[in-house]
Amino acid sequence: MFAELPILPALTLIPIIGAAFIAFMSRLTKADGRDQMERNAPRAALLVSGIVLLLSIVLVGDFDASNPGFQYVDDVAWLGGGIRFIMGVDGISVLFILLTAFLTPLCILASATSIKERKVDYMIAFLLLEALMIGVFCALDLVLFYLFFEAVLIPMFIIIGVWGGANRVYASYKFFLYTLLGSVLMLAAILWLYQAGAEQFGQATMDMRKLRGLDIPGGAQTWLWLAFFASFAVKMPMWPVHTWLPDAHVQAPTAGSVILAGILLKLGGYGFLRFSLPYFPDASVQFAPLIFWLSVIAIIYTSLVAYRQTDMKKLIAYSSVAHMGFVTMGIFTFNFQGIQGGIFQMISHGLVSGALFFCVGVIYDRMHTREIAFYGGLVKRMPMFAAFFLLFTMANVGLPGTSGFVGEILTMLGAYQVNPWIAAGAAMGMILSAMYALHLYRETIFGEQVNEKLDVITDVTRREWFILGTLAFFTILLGVYPALVTDITGPAVEQLISNFEADLTPVELAGGQ
Amino acid sequence: MLNAVSLMAPELLLATQTIFVVVIGLFVKDDNQADVMRYIAVAMLVAFALMGFILGRPQGMAFNGMLRVDDFGHYAKLIIGLTAAVALIFMKPYFKEEGLDRFEFSVLMLYAVLGMSIMVSANNLLALYIGIELQTLALYIMAAFNRDSLRASEAGLKYFVLGAISSGLLLYGASLIYGFTGFLDFDGIATVIAADGMSVGIIGGMVFMMCGLAFKISAAPFHMWTPDVYEGSPTPVTGFFASAPKFAAMALIARLLFGPLGDAFEQWQQVVAAIAIVSMFTGAIGALSQTNIKRLMAYSSIANMGYALVPLAAGTVAGVQGLLVFMTIYVITAVGVFAAILQMRIRNGMVEQISDLSGLAQSNRPLAVVLTMFFFSLAGIPPLLGFFGKFFAFYPAVEAGLWWLVVAALVASVIGAFYYLRVIKTMWFDETNVEFVRGPMSLRWIGTGAALLIGLVIFLPFATTPFRGLLDSASAALF
Repeated sequence: MFAELPILPALTLIPIIGAAFIAFMSRLTKADGRDQMERNAPRAALLVSGIVLLLSIVLVGDFDASNPGFQYVDDVAWLGGGIRFIMGVDGISVLFILLTAFLTPLCILASATSIKERKVDYMIAFLLLEALMIGVFCALDLVLFYLFFEAVLIPMFIIIGVWGGANRVYASYKFFLYTLLGSVLMLAAILWLYQAGAEQFGQATMDMRKLRGLDIPGGAQTWLWLAFFASFAVKMPMWPVHTWLPDAHVQAPTAGSVILAGILLKLGGYGFLRFSLPYFPDASVQFAPLIFWLSVIAIIYTSLVAYRQTDMKKLIAYSSVAHMGFVTMGIFTFNFQGIQGGIFQMISHGLVSGALFFCVGVIYDRMHTREIAFYGGLVKRMPMFAAFFLLFTMANVGLPGTSGFVGEILTMLGAYQVNPWIAAGAAMGMILSAMYALHLYRETIFGEQVNEKLDVITDVTRREWFILGTLAFFTILLGVYPALVTDITGPAVEQLISNFEADLTPVELAGGQ
Repeated sequence: MLNAVSLMAPELLLATQTIFVVVIGLFVKDDNQADVMRYIAVAMLVAFALMGFILGRPQGMAFNGMLRVDDFGHYAKLIIGLTAAVALIFMKPYFKEEGLDRFEFSVLMLYAVLGMSIMVSANNLLALYIGIELQTLALYIMAAFNRDSLRASEAGLKYFVLGAISSGLLLYGASLIYGFTGFLDFDGIATVIAADGMSVGIIGGMVFMMCGLAFKISAAPFHMWTPDVYEGSPTPVTGFFASAPKFAAMALIARLLFGPLGDAFEQWQQVVAAIAIVSMFTGAIGALSQTNIKRLMAYSSIANMGYALVPLAAGTVAGVQGLLVFMTIYVITAVGVFAAILQMRIRNGMVEQISDLSGLAQSNRPLAVVLTMFFFSLAGIPPLLGFFGKFFAFYPAVEAGLWWLVVAALVASVIGAFYYLRVIKTMWFDETNVEFVRGPMSLRWIGTGAALLIGLVIFLPFATTPFRGLLDSASAALF
């Protein structure tokens, strides 16, 4: 219905226009109007992100789920030399756009009270971040993709560094430089693809759909795969390059953590699906065992590390690494269940870990500490909060009926078909995740309340109720009716797998079986 | 002869103007003498920059093949002329404040630009040398223009002594090439090399010339003078040093390597790649511990010259194009950064420590945003123009199979990102400790204009398309 309208550029542009508007208004405001500006900026940002949310709901509603190809494609000449401004979505990317558009208003809502100073800047940074993240999922030109993928670093660096905790400078540097080093290696690979495209197609192109047709020799595939892997593994993050994540999460403000866990980590998984598998099928098969072992190590090792944490955010950050392990494992099974599960796990993790960070934010805003030992017996003071926190903890563990279960069971089903031991290792991780999650829950919510500072703590406000309630609704909805997601991703994943198998070099296929 | 006049119209315009301005300077004696001269000079520089395009981009040889006029030269003159004009404009408030505002500066600027103009169109070893000397003699004086300042005098002297050595190297290389080929003009040298191949003498000459020229672009290991001269010279002069002369010297290197030494590609490729790698790492690592923003920019320019040499090492048309794109973007950024640095003024003078920028995001928002854009652009983060500079500069090298050079450059740029981030961190994360006085309008406009170019121009196809056509013909002109 709306296929003719430039809906994707609009989705990317609206937050930028909103940010520019807020910046412009704050420029015009005189010194005595500053307080008013600080109050109004979150409202304006909320309005803008609300419009984006509505538009993306329209997009997903109008999206033809049975079509495995790209839809809403806008293709405009841009820099010449085969670099064009191309945007489009398929079943894999469209839900990530919705997830971004869904989480951003919640983040803005949460930040309106928890951020105390420089709210105007904060809102501008957040809207820019939203635009860039949506752009990553829309881009169909490799240069455009890289542009968004990399530009995300700028607002995130500022968000962590300006509104973060005590050690924020270290965390923001680490975040920036880690991801930048990964990305520049990908840039080298992109340049290689550009050159190979010019050679093989007769004219240079950066169209992500056409580049799949490149015939890349085996040796080059290995290097290119590794270059892309360097970028996505850091973004994901996979063990052993995950160390920036706990620092960034702990130091970032609540909403920053939510976006980091909810969307930014997914860029890595999205990249694997978009590039590593379709472009370098032989290398993907070749490296699949490596990915499996890294994933299993991540799942088990980081779960154990999470158990020993004394800081709530750090615990959840390590659990994110473990859950992302399920995603990589699922994607590199190359079968339908595995990849579907990987995508589902990313969406579900976006909701659940986002919700958990919101939960930590709720008590951090009241007590200004995230030490687990500080808390205890919260259930008596905050019954409503305890209920929400329980739901999300259970979803994090993967309790059936919550969205966390579906993703993990699907990825493990996929992995079992490839290598039962891998699935067994991952299942081990599920037990460990129950261990640390229940540990966290017991220490903070149950037990005797020994700390008298907690006497004054209050239950969730209406605003927090709304945020957590929305997330809880979708966590359960996806848990009992996962077809909402899998129906949309299904055809695209099927096509991805059939293309993948068609592109495999037969010798490799024989060796892999 | 008339033909030569139309070909050389931009240079002749400048040459007559320099004389004209000196003479006028004797008659206009009141307070605004320097202002009048500056406006004339700015107008002349803009006219110089656009002259070639107004005349319909004439092509050909002038003065018996001494100078070659082609699209490459037209493009270089466009960038150099406009940059110099902007530099003159942003010098005004500084010189007024420091009591240095003398009309001779405008004359020096015209001479320097005349020299650069000869450099970028040189087609003869003598013309090349005359161009370089005309440029650098003017630059030496500019560096020491604040003659009562110890640091400026030191900078001027250091620049002069080391510059003289490099000129010596250059001249020695030129004489070797002349001796072994028997020709001074580029076409003659090219025919001899094409016919007889390379001899040891020519290779030696080439290496000596490259050393001299590497000094001019401040590429490592000939970069020692750069931090001191950048720090000591008056700030707007440093801003000028970082922009137009670098572009001119880079253009000259391209002309020399692809013209007479075109058949010696295999020999000079190694030299260029080696200088590139050494430069980018020297610049990136040297900048890590700098606290003075002018020294930081000096190391940044060393690193950037390293990146600029990467496409040159590819030795293709696309490589020259990448070089031109990269240098153009670098020049815009450098002008913008220095327009911003010039606004770092507290009540009793200029400050130039990075720590003086702390909390700028709160005390002076527009300046902080503009500087942040420049530094992210220098770090090569999209969507800013600096990323596209690197993209188009590194692509030809990948095409030519120099992927190791590209990976090295990318790794160096990550190291470089660290110190650019430090500036950004100081501006955004730290608390304000000094308040700058409000900068003059012209500086703010130059800074904002450059930032808009850096941030937006890439999304405007109607601006990039004609530019691309011009670049195509400019880079093809060398082959």
